[in-house]
Amino acid sequence: MTPNFNEMYHDGKVRVPYARLEEWTRGMPAALRAQKQAEAEALFRRIGITFAVYGEGGDPDRLIPFDMFPRVFTASEWARLERGIKQRARALNAFLVDVYGRGEIVRAGRIPAALVYQNEAYEKAVVGFVPPKGVYSHIVGIDIVRTGANDFFVLEDNCRTPSGVSYMLESREMMMRMFPDLFRENRIQPVDRYHSLLRRTLNSVAPAKCSGEPTVVILTPGHFNSAYYEHSFLADLMGVELVEGADLFVDGAFVYMRTTEGPRKVDVIYRRIDDAFLDPLCFRPDSMLGVPGLMDVYRSGGVTICSAPGAGVADDKAVYTYVPEMVRFYLGEEPILNNVPTWQCAKSDDLKYVLENLGDLVVKEVHGSGGYGMLVGPKSTKAEVEEFRQKIIADPGNYIAQPTLALSATPTFVDEGIAPRHVDLRPYCLVGESIELVPGGLTRVALREGSLVVNSSQGGGVKDTWVLAE
Amino acid sequence: MLSRTADNLYWLARYMERAETAARLLEVGARISLLPTDKGYRNEWDSLLRSTGTADAFAAKYGAPVQRNIESFLFFDRDNPSSVASCITSARENGRIVRTALTTQVWDALNTAFTELRQIERTPRSELELSQLTDWTMKHAAMVRGAIDATLLRGDGYNFLNLGYYLERGDATARLMDVKYYVLLPRAGYVGTGVDNDQWMMLLRALSANRAFHWAYGGEITASKIAHFLILNPQCPRALITCVAGANNHLSRIAKLYGRPSAAQTRATALQAVLDTATAETIFDEGLHEFLTRFIGLTADLALTIHDTYLSGDMA
Repeated sequence: MTPNFNEMYHDGKVRVPYARLEEWTRGMPAALRAQKQAEAEALFRRIGITFAVYGEGGDPDRLIPFDMFPRVFTASEWARLERGIKQRARALNAFLVDVYGRGEIVRAGRIPAALVYQNEAYEKAVVGFVPPKGVYSHIVGIDIVRTGANDFFVLEDNCRTPSGVSYMLESREMMMRMFPDLFRENRIQPVDRYHSLLRRTLNSVAPAKCSGEPTVVILTPGHFNSAYYEHSFLADLMGVELVEGADLFVDGAFVYMRTTEGPRKVDVIYRRIDDAFLDPLCFRPDSMLGVPGLMDVYRSGGVTICSAPGAGVADDKAVYTYVPEMVRFYLGEEPILNNVPTWQCAKSDDLKYVLENLGDLVVKEVHGSGGYGMLVGPKSTKAEVEEFRQKIIADPGNYIAQPTLALSATPTFVDEGIAPRHVDLRPYCLVGESIELVPGGLTRVALREGSLVVNSSQGGGVKDTWVLAE
Repeated sequence: MLSRTADNLYWLARYMERAETAARLLEVGARISLLPTDKGYRNEWDSLLRSTGTADAFAAKYGAPVQRNIESFLFFDRDNPSSVASCITSARENGRIVRTALTTQVWDALNTAFTELRQIERTPRSELELSQLTDWTMKHAAMVRGAIDATLLRGDGYNFLNLGYYLERGDATARLMDVKYYVLLPRAGYVGTGVDNDQWMMLLRALSANRAFHWAYGGEITASKIAHFLILNPQCPRALITCVAGANNHLSRIAKLYGRPSAAQTRATALQAVLDTATAETIFDEGLHEFLTRFIGLTADLALTIHDTYLSGDMA
């Protein structure tokens, strides 16, 4: 394994984008740093930016650890990332329209039919339906890791409801508030257009039956959901209502929300709940969260649901392997961002390789998320590896494996001072009439020394992500 | 505004007002228990618990009304939905749900109360004076109220918050008086004995109105004056007439804002007319208990109509 790429120090020198930060940290006494850190935490708590964890005991309102050391990209690094991200978002949407339509990519033999049509996330209820502007996934969160100065890999795609964008925006707010000088010295591109771009994106996919300014809402599972803060934060920034299933009802060809002035028609629903909970008549009859009849209105063009039901089939970890194919097939381009080499345990050759090299690989469940249900070979005990081996043998189709990447690290404030910690990046690409990307994203950092898991549910923190102006 | 949002705001206000009521009861009960009687000390805890409708729940959990248990029950006990801790937690949770309908200042005031409450809950009881707890509660209730008044947009959310405050407050005043109605029973002109006077003072104290009463009326305390002050005097901030006028005002503003009169407004106007035409004499003629029972019933009807009209979302 090659040594990890350090984004700040390379070949014994400070890399250009971090030059000013070097002076900044040298000039910061430990006491000031502690004071700023406490200030940030108090602010996060006061504003209510918390990650609600119910049912585990202890404080239900937890803070996501915020690291004040920013992560920096140059304008040219970002330009390449941006092209790669937008390319991928276009291909994923083209794929979704295709597989719910004629399925050309399957007919062409570029992806196995079973993987698509027998996928749990393949939504038979929307076959033949083309959502407004041909967009299934309106907010595409693409998780990217770096292993070298010019080496970026896509770890996974999130086509349904990627979360975390509130941390991108709030981390920036916090940094600008606490260290205005840094922004005077570094010429950092702003990210605060995100919410107006999101609103514009949602407006642009209003259903055909909507005339005039569309009424947009965010649909949340409710205040017990861990991401509730983000839902209310985005609703507030965009100036739209935050609704729960029970606030909506179907009457005839349209969806309405219950207001103090009577029913009000809803045109676009940015939902932050899973497909299964959208409409008990169509999906799960036991769901208390959904809106009965919503899917009928959706399919008849009375309302737009973002992301569209069925979008999940594109971000499945087994389908992921074929995204570069999608780029070639639909766009006729070469992928700008590479996939991490992936072995699919469903294939017997791959399975053989995986079982032989289990101790060196990262193994994930095909449908898993949040860093749960995965094995990081080199960080696991022999017993853990053997236990996982049995799981894979029992159900190979449920697992994929990837090499353990030498994730890049950036300087991070830790108890002992400043030390490198592994990071990833999740930019949020908006797809509507046009494709938009704000210069930045969510940088997640694995705060435990040596850890490669950056998920907030597993002890990860967040950093402000800078893209420098030319 | 979403009906559910209006409902959350309305209950946020009701819970904050209810927390304050619990603190007042604690304060006045503790003070009474310092007064001597022939046999030992006075105990009014039972009647105070009855005014909040929680006497049975208390008896079932704790048995006899011992002061320390009463303090636990009215301040800390999460099983008691009307305890200060329960009310502040519920108010804050309602606020968290509708965070976007509140200003930063209002949220900050609510959230600070909640955060401090958690610290208080972790503090050993031996380090907590009752007066600290009641002062703390009233201070935070005032801070939330003040933040609402100073910073919130005068839109429908503001009106629904105030509806919650006024209805809860009117209800609390009426219930507290009703528990003590027998002390005020004598004929309107009757001047009480020493014992009655203490009871009346307690009633005024429970409503933080004892000094205001003397400024407004002077002279001897009579049942008629107290009834007038707490029911009919629009200068008294907790008087029934003040609360009904407040609710009526906010319902009119909502009706105007929506360009549509409502059944709730009609009911509130009718309730106000009842108070406008009443005098201390007519109230005593009807019977104070009967009058208060009627008022509590009408207020409950009004709350129900508000729910059906605006908060349930079922309106056609």
